[in-house]
Amino acid sequence: MAGNYSNESMLDLYIFETSNLLEQLEHSILASEKSNHISKDDVNEIFRIMHTIKGSSAMMLFDNIASLAHSIEDLFYFIRENDPREVDCSALSDIVLEGVDFLKVELEKVKAKDPVDGDAQRLKETIADFLNKLKLQNSSAEKVFTSRKETKKNSVEDLKDMPEDIEEITEKIPEEKPRYYIAPNITEPPAALSKKNWYKAVIFYQDGCEMENIRAYTVIHNLKEIVDKYIFTPEDIIENDLSAQVIKEQGFTVVLRTDKSYEEMHEFFMQTIFLRELKLEQIEDQEDEPVMNQHENALTPQIPVLQTVEREEKAEKEVSLSSAQQSIISVNVAKLDRLMDLVGEMVIAEAMVTQNPDLKGLQLDNFYKAARQFGKITGELQDMVMAIRMVPLSTTFHKMHRIVRDMSKKLNKEVRLEIIGEETEVDKNIIEHISDPLMHLIRNAIDHGIEAAGERVAAEKSKAGTITLEAKNAGSDVLIIVRDDGKGLNKEKILSRARQNGLLTKSEQEISDREIFNLIFLPGFSTKENITEFSGRGVGMDVVSKNIQTVGGSVSVDSTEGAGTAITMKIPLTLAIIGGMNIKVGNSRYTIPTISIRESFRPKESDIIRDPDENEMIMVRGECYPVIRLHTLYKVKTEITELSQGIFIMVEDEETSCCIFADELLGEQQVVVKALPYYIQNFKKDNVLGGCTLLGDGSISLILDIQSITRLVKK
Amino acid sequence: MAEMIAEDYLEEDTQKNKFLTFSLGNEIYGIEIKYVTEIIGIQPVTEVPELPNYVRGIVNLRGKIIPVIDVRLRFKKPFMEYSDRTCIIVIDIQEISIGLIVDSVCEVLVIPEDEIVPPPSVNGGASNKYIKGIGKVDNSIKLILDCDKLLKEEELSNLTSTLSEGVIS
Repeated sequence: MAGNYSNESMLDLYIFETSNLLEQLEHSILASEKSNHISKDDVNEIFRIMHTIKGSSAMMLFDNIASLAHSIEDLFYFIRENDPREVDCSALSDIVLEGVDFLKVELEKVKAKDPVDGDAQRLKETIADFLNKLKLQNSSAEKVFTSRKETKKNSVEDLKDMPEDIEEITEKIPEEKPRYYIAPNITEPPAALSKKNWYKAVIFYQDGCEMENIRAYTVIHNLKEIVDKYIFTPEDIIENDLSAQVIKEQGFTVVLRTDKSYEEMHEFFMQTIFLRELKLEQIEDQEDEPVMNQHENALTPQIPVLQTVEREEKAEKEVSLSSAQQSIISVNVAKLDRLMDLVGEMVIAEAMVTQNPDLKGLQLDNFYKAARQFGKITGELQDMVMAIRMVPLSTTFHKMHRIVRDMSKKLNKEVRLEIIGEETEVDKNIIEHISDPLMHLIRNAIDHGIEAAGERVAAEKSKAGTITLEAKNAGSDVLIIVRDDGKGLNKEKILSRARQNGLLTKSEQEISDREIFNLIFLPGFSTKENITEFSGRGVGMDVVSKNIQTVGGSVSVDSTEGAGTAITMKIPLTLAIIGGMNIKVGNSRYTIPTISIRESFRPKESDIIRDPDENEMIMVRGECYPVIRLHTLYKVKTEITELSQGIFIMVEDEETSCCIFADELLGEQQVVVKALPYYIQNFKKDNVLGGCTLLGDGSISLILDIQSITRLVKK
Repeated sequence: MAEMIAEDYLEEDTQKNKFLTFSLGNEIYGIEIKYVTEIIGIQPVTEVPELPNYVRGIVNLRGKIIPVIDVRLRFKKPFMEYSDRTCIIVIDIQEISIGLIVDSVCEVLVIPEDEIVPPPSVNGGASNKYIKGIGKVDNSIKLILDCDKLLKEEELSNLTSTLSEGVIS
C-alpha cells in the first residue's frame, strides 16, 4: 500500500520535517515547564506541530503515530480554546514528553525501515484521563461556555458545543466530545444535520515547494475528518504526476460541505504548509438555510462572496519560519564528505605541483608568484569547506535540558542547567561523537555530584544545584566543560579504590591531584559495585574517555572537595586536515601534528644523560626530557644514529613532554589525514600511528599519534 | 536497482571460469578474475611498523591507501628482491582492497570447471590451506588461490602468533 505513492524522497522529507518539529516541540515544552506557565503562543505552537505531524503521518500511513498525535492535539485544543486556569504544568509536560519519546522511537523505526508498530494505547488513555480531569477542574470553577462565547465568534459551533460540554462534564465520557477533529466514522449528532455550509477553496502553493499533488492530498486527507462531502479538482492528484503542474498553475480547488464556520475553515486551510495564497468563499446551499439569530451573523454571508484573504494576516509565524528556512539548505553529509575528500586531494595536488622535485634549484620567479596565489586560493577553499561542515553545539547542548529535567525529577534533586557558549561550532562528524559522552557526564554529575537538597543546605549552598555546560575555542581545539557545584571527588576514596585494583603506577607521594582524578577514567573504575561502595564518579567514565579519544580528543578532571567538579573535554575542531611537520627517518617519512610540537633543536652531546638502564634523556633549560629514537621504536634502518647528527622535536601532550629523535625535518605542510587500511589496523594493538597522509610527491607519510608516544614514556 | 543487478549478472557471466595467473618461483598460481581490480608495477612501499613480515606496508593507489602483502613471504617462501618484473595485483575482497606482490603476472586463462580438481589433502595440510583447487591446462598445472582464506586467516585465527613471527624474522 504505502509503496504505491510514497517514495524515498518523500519519506526523507517526512522524517526530516517530523524530527525537526519534535525537537521544536520538546524545546517549547521544556521552556514552558521552566517558567511554570504555558503561554498562548506555546499552546498554539504545540497544537500546530501536533496537527502537522498527525496529518503527515496519516498520509504516510503511520496510523499509530497519527492517532497519538491526534490525542495530544485534542488535549491542546482544549487548552487553547478554554484557556483553563489550573493546568498542572509539570504533569502536562510529563505527558507531552512521553508522547514525544514515543514519537521519536517510532520515527527511529521509520528511519531503520522497521515496521512502525508501537502501541500508543496506554499513552492515549493517560492523555484522555488528563484531559477529563482538566475539564472537570475548570468547569466546576466557572462556567466555561460563557467565556468561550466571548472569545469565539462561531455561532453554529457554539450552539452545538455548549450543551455537549455540560453533558460531558457530568458524564465524563471522552469519546463523545464533539471536537473539531472527529474521525469521519463517528456518527455526528443529528442536530448538526440542519446546519451545513458549502465552501469553495482554492489553494495556491509557494513556487518551488515541489510535490504539489502530494501536498494537496494531505489537505484532502485532513479534510476527510471535518467535512462530510467534498469534491476537488484536479481529481487524480495521487495517480497523475501531471496534476502537480495543474495545481501549480491553476491552484487546487476543493468544494466541500461542512458544519464548520467560515473562520474555522479559513483557519484550517491556513495551516497548509507552503501556502502562498488562499481563496475561500462560502456558497449558499439550496437546502440549507444558514440564518442564525446570533449577533455575529454578519460573518457568515448568505450570498456567495469572494473573500481573498492575504496570507500575512494569520500566518505571520509561518512566514518568518519559511523565509528563515529559505536561506538555509540542508545537504546530505555524504556529499560534503566527498567534497572534502576532493579538496583534500587538491591540497595534495597543489603540493605536488609547487614542491615538484623537477623544479629544484631553478630560478622561477613568475612560477612561484603564481604558485603562491594558487596556494592562497586552495587555502581559502579548504577553510570554506571546513566552515560548511561546522555546526553549532547548541542543538546538542539543548538536548541536555531534557536529561537534567528527567534526572532531577527522578532523583528528587533540584538542578539548574546553565549553558555558555552554545554557538561554538564543531565539525559535523565530531558532534555526533560528543552527544553520548556529554549525556553521560551530565547524568553522572546529577547522580553523584550534586547532593540532595538537605545536604546542600547543611553545607551552606543554595538549595538547587547548578550544572554549567560550557564550550569555548582554544586554538584548534574546542573545550567542552561540564561543571557542577556538588560535593566534588574524594581523593582518598579514589586512591584506596585504585590500590585495591592495583591501578596505581606511581607511588602515592608522587601522584598529583590531577592524576588521582584522572584515575576514574580507567576501566577498572567502571565496575558496578563502585556506585554503591563509593559515591564519587566512575560509572562508565572509561567509555566517555574512549569515545572522546576516537575523535582525537582528551578528557581531564578538576575537582575541589565540597565545591564541585569540572570535567573538561578537549576535542579537535575538525578531523580531516591538520597542520603537520614532516620528518625523515631513513627512507621513511613521518608527520607530527604541528599543535603538539613545542620546538625542534639540534642536541649537544653534552646535554644527553643516560641512566643505568640505558634510557636516554636530555636536559633543556634545566628540565629533563626523555628521548625517543624513532628509528629504534619503528625498527627503521638509518645512517643517523648519533644524536648530535639528527634533530630533536620536542612534543607535548597535556603535561607530558618528550623529545623525538629523527634524521631531519622536511618542512611544514597542511596534510589530509587518511585512516590506515582496516587490514593494517587489525594488526595493531596499541595505535602509535594516528593515520597516514600523502605527501607532495605522492609518497605516504605516517602520522604519529603523540598521545600514544608520550604514554610510552610514562610507562 | 534492477540495472545494477543486471550489470552484476552480466559481469559475472563474462568473468566466469577466467583466472589471472601469476608465477611464484616455479609454480603458476591462478586467481579468480572477479577479485582482481588492477595490476600495477612494483612501487615504493611505505613500511608500517609492527606488522608481520609478509605485510610489506602500504602504497598509494591514486589517493587510496591500500596494504600490500608479499605472497612469497605469506607462503613462507624465501624473499626475493623486487625487480621490474615484480607486480602488485590489486584485489578486492569483502570490501577490502589489498595488493598482492608476486614475481610476475602471466596471462588470463579460461579453465572450465570440470578441469579443476580439489587439492589433495597432505598431512597437516599446511601448505594447502590457501589452495582452492588445481586447474589443469594442457600439460601444466595451475594452483588456484582461495582469496578469502588468504586474508581471513589472520583476521580470525591467532593474530598473536603471526605477529611474533613477524618480529622475529
